[in-house]
Amino acid sequence: MPTATPISRVNDFVIRFANVNGSGSASANEMFARAVMRMGVPVAPRNIFPSNIQGLPTWYEVRVSEAGHMGARGGTDFMVAMNPQTFDKDIAGIEPGGYLFYDSTKPYPASKFRDDITVIGMPLTAICNREYTDPRQRQLFKNIIYIGALTALLDMDVKVVEQLIGEQYKGKDKLIGPNIKALHIGRDYAILNLQCPIGLRLKNADKVGDRIFIEGNNAAALGAVYGGATVCAWYPITPSSSLADAFTRHCAKLRVDPATGQAKYAIIQAEDELASIGMVIGAGWNGARAFTATSGPGISLMQEFIGLSYFAEIPAVIFDVQRAGPSTGMPTRTQQCDVISCAYASHGDTKHVLLFPEDPTESFEFGALAFDLADRLQTPIFVMLDLDIGMNHHLSKPFVWDDAKAYDRGKVMTAEELEAGKEFGRYLDVDGDGIPYRTYPGTHPTKGSFFTRGTSRDRYAKYTEEGAPYVDNMQRLMRKFDTAKDLVPRPLIANSGKPTKYGVIYYGSTAPAMDEAIAMIEGRGHALDRMRIRAFPFHSSVNSFVADHDFVFVVEQNRDAQLRSLIVNECAIDPARLMPILHYDGTPITARFIDKAIGEHLDKLKVKTMKVTS
Amino acid sequence: MTYLAKPKFHHPELPKNALGYTHRDYEGTVSTLCAGCGHDSITGAIIQACFELSIEPHRVAKISGIGCSSKTPTYFLGNSHGFNSVHGRMPSVLTGANLANRDLIYLGVSGDGDSASIGFGQFAHAIRRGVNMAYIVENNGVYGLTKGQFSATADRGSKSKRGVTNTDNSIDLAAIALQLGATFVARSFSGDKQQLIPIIKAAIAHKGAAFIDVISPCVAFNNHAGSTKSFDFVREHNEAVNRLDFMPSRMPIEIKYEAGTVEVVEQHDGSKLALRKLAADYELNDRTAALGFLQQQAAKGQIVTGLLYVDADAEDLHAHLKTVDVPLNALTEKDLCPGQSALDKINAGLR
Repeated sequence: MPTATPISRVNDFVIRFANVNGSGSASANEMFARAVMRMGVPVAPRNIFPSNIQGLPTWYEVRVSEAGHMGARGGTDFMVAMNPQTFDKDIAGIEPGGYLFYDSTKPYPASKFRDDITVIGMPLTAICNREYTDPRQRQLFKNIIYIGALTALLDMDVKVVEQLIGEQYKGKDKLIGPNIKALHIGRDYAILNLQCPIGLRLKNADKVGDRIFIEGNNAAALGAVYGGATVCAWYPITPSSSLADAFTRHCAKLRVDPATGQAKYAIIQAEDELASIGMVIGAGWNGARAFTATSGPGISLMQEFIGLSYFAEIPAVIFDVQRAGPSTGMPTRTQQCDVISCAYASHGDTKHVLLFPEDPTESFEFGALAFDLADRLQTPIFVMLDLDIGMNHHLSKPFVWDDAKAYDRGKVMTAEELEAGKEFGRYLDVDGDGIPYRTYPGTHPTKGSFFTRGTSRDRYAKYTEEGAPYVDNMQRLMRKFDTAKDLVPRPLIANSGKPTKYGVIYYGSTAPAMDEAIAMIEGRGHALDRMRIRAFPFHSSVNSFVADHDFVFVVEQNRDAQLRSLIVNECAIDPARLMPILHYDGTPITARFIDKAIGEHLDKLKVKTMKVTS
Repeated sequence: MTYLAKPKFHHPELPKNALGYTHRDYEGTVSTLCAGCGHDSITGAIIQACFELSIEPHRVAKISGIGCSSKTPTYFLGNSHGFNSVHGRMPSVLTGANLANRDLIYLGVSGDGDSASIGFGQFAHAIRRGVNMAYIVENNGVYGLTKGQFSATADRGSKSKRGVTNTDNSIDLAAIALQLGATFVARSFSGDKQQLIPIIKAAIAHKGAAFIDVISPCVAFNNHAGSTKSFDFVREHNEAVNRLDFMPSRMPIEIKYEAGTVEVVEQHDGSKLALRKLAADYELNDRTAALGFLQQQAAKGQIVTGLLYVDADAEDLHAHLKTVDVPLNALTEKDLCPGQSALDKINAGLR
């Protein structure tokens, strides 16, 4: 018996699979997560993978939470330790009272284990060697066998897993039988030889509703399809490659003319990120909706072109799936570390529009919206995902599209308007919103053509190096940026039930952890108003939110408090009023982290206040 | 006279083309390049080629990078949209523009710094992809706007205006284009309009990646003996770095020669250029033979000009991608957005 009481919980625990990269574990582990969802229990899986194809350690963490907490929690209740390389570290990571499941074919000395956990050994290798002769099969079916054992240990509905196997191998039907057999080999062994079930249980529930299970990159790519993107130019880079891959798949299904077999899209895998963004800008200049998908290093390479796009006022959409960097290693870990490099990308005075989706649903919505904004504002629009949103499956609200919606192609002067004598000045602010009219190349034989350059032109796109027209243009670009403040998604505010002097600002993938942390912070007796920022430039409500509180925590997943810097800089706010809460070790931020950082801070303040009053 | 606006009046009986346009309808603003610059002759050749082809001027998109050559799109086709993009990146911008609207004519204008150095990669990949375009490099072997540094097309052993000998091997863009699979490759000389105009016309008419390397001497920085882009080398100019704003006023270079002969052209400033007209039995559709011929002649110090290779049945990038016949920029939400019904199915598949 373990020295700590074994954890006993239903539909509320974290199970972590430790595997070797390239062993085929990912699809089995994902199937487990899906099975939890199918049982009606909210689930949040996270793949923690190395910059490697085969051999290095990889983990797959599944958070089961009937209460619906979808952020990373921290800690492991049940460890499936399949990787000898990380065995000791994996055991050390188990919560007191937790469970260890391991391959007991090769005996380990008792000293390897902890006395405060429940140790469950199953001779997986021996079973596989007995059942299979092909080494590859031994490896692949081992994964399904341990899933089978889990169904018994956690008292799962095995039919759900059987059905998933059927769906997964639909079309390759001869694989269904052997997989189901492997599942039952594992399940039967566990039932006969292990103490089943353990304290952690999965029970059917109805807490998933109509939610869907999808990665943010896939959702963003679908958003690009719905947003009318016709040109995609990209260069492979983790963690954004799957966005371009998903766009390719969606287009093949949704954008091929059934009559002719012709494509209503063009996708180019470019030679580098410079070419990717160049193609996007060329296509945007010529009136197509175009995008690229990249990550931080790609953003760095695109800087010069991004500035051109800003000054020449060419629509472009850039999906930045953020990762820690640079070089290899940490690039397979998540961060929100490109906020400043995107907001002020390029040389000269530049400012850019950023959108911060929190999950796949918003990745889809913002992914589509970005194209309207790019056309309306004639400027690059950044959709700031991160590895956690982009590459992990999230339980999200289903996608919705308004079929009555027409694309906003922005201010484009037509041949008819030119013919009718409407005045055209490419950089003329006719409406006072800083946004000029443009023409597509080839519009009219004698009217509306212009020469596109960076800065050296007047309101009519005529070449000039004079200072006054330059300043005039820069001021107009500022007006345009002001116009953007009311076009981009507004921040969402959730006020505490009680009046409070304190607020918190957060964004992107921090949202689920923050949602969970708020209850923990309130549990400490504190009240906190919340604002989730969804775009830059900041709406005026950001200023008033900060003004309405004594001080505001700004929770971010980077070292340098990048969003906080933007708020200080753009809203002219005293930095002392913004308290940075920073998490940047490459793992997704957790509710426990936020609760500790904010909660302990507020605890101290409370103690102080009491001293003063006593 | 670059500060003067170009006069609009013209002779009432200027010849008109099939569309009723005169030569003047294909002009742009007055050139701001040095008087006598070879690039202005290329501009003239482009104007003449488009006039003779009876192209609607506004149906051309002229795209360039950065440099003297990349300034020239302002000086021709004033009714076309132009794009002075980023140094070395014309090919990607042109590729994107071409993807957006397959119905326009794409004229890419670049220089040897733009295409052989900073943009060598983009040059290569646009050619590889078979983008339907006429890609013209105005090649003077030197960086003009930054005052006379060697470019990557300067031959090994040639001397800069400042007297520095180039020790790097040169890049022959026409040879590289051949190797990369360009389906139309030519080289010409800015002073030889008779040869250049038909080449430009043929390149515009070509469906696929058409590449033209046009040797275009720089009268300001590569106009001395010791340079392989210009034979006259005037030693005292090497020292004249502080007089760089003083430009000799010269007429553009013009030469004529007979087929099958090598001509040594003495330019009006005294520099010389050895030009070899291709032999009458030269095989136009043999890529490997063309490459061999280029290298043999280069070893002899000769510059091969003319149409070097053409694949009359070339396919372009749109054919490879099987894109719709309608320009992608003309598609609307009706064509592009699958709507809620498709989304319902997608949602159902994600549960």
